[in-house]
Amino acid sequence: MTVMNLKSNEKKATREAFGDEIAELGKNKNILVVDADIGGSCKTTKFMNAFPKQHVNVGIAEQNAAGLAAGLATTGKIPFVSTYAVFGSLRMAEQIRQEVCYPNLNVKIACSHGGLTPANDGGSHQAIEDMGVLRTFPNMKVIMGADYHSTRKLVKQAAEIYGPVFLRFTRDTIPIIYDENEEFEIGKAKQLKDGKDIALIANGDTVHLAIQAAEILENKGISVKLLDMHTIKPIDREAILECIEIGKIVTVEDHNIINGLGSAVSEIVAEQGEGIVRRVGVQDQFGESAPYEKLLEINGITVENIVNKAEEIL
Amino acid sequence: MEVGSLTLEELKKKAIDLRESAVTMVYKAQSGHPGGSLSAADFVTALYFNEMNIDPENPDWEDRDRFVLSKGHVAPIQYAALAHKGFVPLETINTLREYKSPFQGHPDSKKCPGIDISTGSLGQGLSCAVGMALGGKLDEKSYRVFAVLGDGECQEGQIWEAAQSAVKYELDNLVVFVDDNGLQIDGPTEEIMPNGDLEKKFEVFGFETNRINGHSMEEVLEALDQVRDAKNGKPKCIICNTVKGKGVSFMENVVGWHGKAPNEEQYELAMEELARGLNV
Repeated sequence: MTVMNLKSNEKKATREAFGDEIAELGKNKNILVVDADIGGSCKTTKFMNAFPKQHVNVGIAEQNAAGLAAGLATTGKIPFVSTYAVFGSLRMAEQIRQEVCYPNLNVKIACSHGGLTPANDGGSHQAIEDMGVLRTFPNMKVIMGADYHSTRKLVKQAAEIYGPVFLRFTRDTIPIIYDENEEFEIGKAKQLKDGKDIALIANGDTVHLAIQAAEILENKGISVKLLDMHTIKPIDREAILECIEIGKIVTVEDHNIINGLGSAVSEIVAEQGEGIVRRVGVQDQFGESAPYEKLLEINGITVENIVNKAEEIL
Repeated sequence: MEVGSLTLEELKKKAIDLRESAVTMVYKAQSGHPGGSLSAADFVTALYFNEMNIDPENPDWEDRDRFVLSKGHVAPIQYAALAHKGFVPLETINTLREYKSPFQGHPDSKKCPGIDISTGSLGQGLSCAVGMALGGKLDEKSYRVFAVLGDGECQEGQIWEAAQSAVKYELDNLVVFVDDNGLQIDGPTEEIMPNGDLEKKFEVFGFETNRINGHSMEEVLEALDQVRDAKNGKPKCIICNTVKGKGVSFMENVVGWHGKAPNEEQYELAMEELARGLNV
């Protein structure tokens, strides 16, 4: 496979991508960061040092962070509320619904520690429901980049478009997949490879696993179409319709299989009334303290299992 | 005390007009919250008709003063103010809670001019007001932000998260009114969950606080005079002793009128009493 640039020895956490990109975006004085104490961990320190007047820290008070950001947005500011995904989705859920999404304000919720990536922090800190919860809020866009470079591009674009956006980053390092000049569009899947026997649709920190699975399948003579579905809302319906033409789809995500990428894809497949989907993801169970790879393995989010799921329906 | 284009007597009359419109709205909709609308009527009148720097012709004017009705269920009193001020046609009061009406069940900034942010879920508006006030400070603008809270609403933890942030960022351009009518939907606030001394609570958080009779137009105007130019780095809190249902004898201090519409007979009696300015 030549279309991909997977160098597994080159790794970076996507929270670093947020930290680096927001520090660039701060040159626009309307871009603000609203932290809730964990700015160091969420990588907003560079922004804070470069643009202290554009940095707000509300302390350990996430509900206020979301509401305060909404108020700032009514004055023309573009606040990025930064915290961990489990708090940025669930602790703030109603504030985001009532004061950000309902009035459709230009607030971005930018969260580190997505999915199982805060692995040794244990189940309390692993956000497995966040993208699913937030995709049910009208006006909200829900995004997770697959590597450092794509995440930077998506953060930049989130700042450029009007309206609420939820961005989810990894705590831990994941392989670099893309060239830094690669372009991304919110709401448009990135096709990594075209194929005709099966479609793999992945996002976030599982895309590199799907790439490896695709290589194995290709070596077995199976033609694989591979998509990086970085935006699960609005989801790229056209891209999924193309996968439905193949008729066999495996989704891969670091999120509960309920209400995440797999569900979003399945909704369209069911509406079309054709095609079959297998979902690889968190098996509707809480995590625990363990190495990240172990947690993925417990849930079957592995290269081997992606290959197995594909072969089941081939 | 300083008065604007309306005299003190005219402001008192305006408060009656707003009460009449609020009750009329709820009667016509046969749904809505009259009790808290009536308790908040006097200071809301003072804000809209004497204090706030706003322009009905240009509701999104960036230098305007902001108003956040954190206790969003008393939307009828804000709607009455907006209609009488000219933000929407006066006959809009006949459309409360109707499909496509700017007067939604709770304030909706996407549908009604003059609503600075949607509210309705208690405990959240103060955070938004803090954000607006902070935005003004960052842009070195001179506008102020007025937020209206209920006493029952002060049971929400987020109110205190917001309060501490207003103090940290020295938002002396923020004025919080607490409509302390002593009742919430299930009963007296003192029974459901006592607030303790609200004045002291805001004070120890770092607010400049004051407690007044929220039905005395003189006291409301004086309290506003005191905070108008107090650029001392402290957010302001004016706690208003009020009576839920104020101005309609059978609604006064009766929990059941929190969110109930009057029938025809009750409506006529209410309008008659309001016209006489009973107890106001």
